[in-house]
Amino acid sequence: MSVTEQELIDFVVREARLLDEERYEDWLELFTSDGRYWMPLEPGQTEEKLVTSLLYEDMILLTTRVRRLTGKLTYSQQPKSRGVHILQLPAVDSMDEAANVFHVHTPFQFIESRMDEKEMYAGWMDHNLTMEKDGLKIKMKRVELVNCDAAHHNMQLII
Amino acid sequence: MTYLNNPGSVLDLVREGEVHRDLYTSEAVFDLEIQHLFRNTWVYVGHASQTPNPGDYFTTTVADQPIVMIRHQDNTIKVLYNRCPHRGAEIVRDVHGCAGTSLRCPYHAWTFNTDGSLRRIPEREGYDNTGFESSHAARGMTAVAAMHVHREWVFCRLAEKGEDFETFFGGSLSTIDNFVDRSPAGRLEVVGAPLRYVNRCNWKMLIENQTDTFHPMTVHASSAMTAKTLWEEVKDKHEGPTPMVVEAIVPFTMPYNFYDGMGIRVWPNGHGHTGVHNSIHSDYTEEDEYFNAMREAYGAERAQEILGEVRHNTVYFPNLMVKGPIQKLRLFKPISANETLIESWIFRLVGAPDYLLERTAMYNRLINAPTSMVGHDDTEMYERAQQGLRAERNEWVNIQRLQLHDECTQPEEVHSGNSEVQFRNQFHAWLKYMATAAGSIQAAATQSATGTDG
Repeated sequence: MSVTEQELIDFVVREARLLDEERYEDWLELFTSDGRYWMPLEPGQTEEKLVTSLLYEDMILLTTRVRRLTGKLTYSQQPKSRGVHILQLPAVDSMDEAANVFHVHTPFQFIESRMDEKEMYAGWMDHNLTMEKDGLKIKMKRVELVNCDAAHHNMQLII
Repeated sequence: MTYLNNPGSVLDLVREGEVHRDLYTSEAVFDLEIQHLFRNTWVYVGHASQTPNPGDYFTTTVADQPIVMIRHQDNTIKVLYNRCPHRGAEIVRDVHGCAGTSLRCPYHAWTFNTDGSLRRIPEREGYDNTGFESSHAARGMTAVAAMHVHREWVFCRLAEKGEDFETFFGGSLSTIDNFVDRSPAGRLEVVGAPLRYVNRCNWKMLIENQTDTFHPMTVHASSAMTAKTLWEEVKDKHEGPTPMVVEAIVPFTMPYNFYDGMGIRVWPNGHGHTGVHNSIHSDYTEEDEYFNAMREAYGAERAQEILGEVRHNTVYFPNLMVKGPIQKLRLFKPISANETLIESWIFRLVGAPDYLLERTAMYNRLINAPTSMVGHDDTEMYERAQQGLRAERNEWVNIQRLQLHDECTQPEEVHSGNSEVQFRNQFHAWLKYMATAAGSIQAAATQSATGTDG
């Protein structure tokens, strides 16, 4: 099954839209069973496990995170947060059909709003994608904030 | 109340069993805390492993003060104010760096030895016959009034006079000692940058929550119970051992009687810890490689004794929390009455296998990050309290759970894990180290300042 550049771009755009529309169960389906979501703490960080990150989550934690966001006992979401991604046109960095590995790089802004507070984040997201029987899947989504090492307030939504 | 006109009136804010809301919400009280409490107490600066070689420095803040910790050429650690004695510029700004053999102010190129003493001024003859030798500037960078290094943990006291280090901490140093002993080499190393984040609440809400055993089953049901339920659904299909994340998060669902049984130990001067008998850290899966390294280093009996301590959260009053079995510390830096900067640092146990470092890095991001789904609900509670305390006609915060008439009188006491005794212990210390606000010298000034580099 071949993949076009446009399909890779459309995938990244759709992924952000699912999050903004709070279609979290659909969003989880975008990951491979061993997929990871990584948000490093330091600029250019390459180590995933032996230093601190903001997030490094497998499907158990991502599923917990998604279920929690809509749970009745989730007090920090009473009232709820809302978020929106503003994406630059995703750039396809590499397409290796033989290895079934595709890299897409997307600068973004993300605004998270709750009550009268509004937090603005910006950075780059790098998708490491692979084609499975039912379509493209995320092996790794790495989100590096331009100020990843700054002192933030609560970041409750998924960027 | 007009605290600025009558600073001593802050001492009326603490009663037996209840404390006044102004302790959390008043900027005037906050300013007095910075001037007195955070100067009369020993405050954590950093860890010696952050400056391994001569010339290495680490910049931070203590209370409201810009501080640089630097390793001198003779290998001792110095704690200096990060201020050029000339015009006041901060001399270094990177969090970590190496100054080589001298610090150089980037404004007018004055240079200083790594102990802060003045080394060279360009065109120095310009100060001839000016009386410069007796100026403040000629003394170089100023050192803090007192500092002490305990097993590579660096603390300082900003006030000239006050208690010495050992008197201030007493038996509570056993938590730091046990933490260091958990390394087969008897040595810790800071790893990577700390998580830093800001909560819109008073610093005391954070430090009190460290020994608040009555909140996890309620506040963290959203994350921990959800994870527990999910794990029940998927564990039959899971291959291999129980994931670290599951072992870390599920104990947050434990009921009141579990936390009751954990126990709380308190020491004088506001220090105390949860997890005397057992804790949420008791049942982690450990690998043989670690115990073997510990037995090699200490002998089996001593190794068992060291690892048998599963202390949960140890509060070093006023603003440090240490977690030995998880190899981390959290520092709660006061910014304003309504704002606190939290730093979460992790450590490697030198000589121990990497899975322990992997666990502390996991715990740090899972539980104590601005992105933490556990921490989000904690922050929500602090910020709700910060807002709710604006309410009139009840100005008091209750801290009476399991209060005993003769508590906090011994060098060391163990209480029920559900007791709020550690809150009360902290407020006893608060009164003691705020006493100078009333012009009293009872608290801090009885002993002369004896800073040591021990």
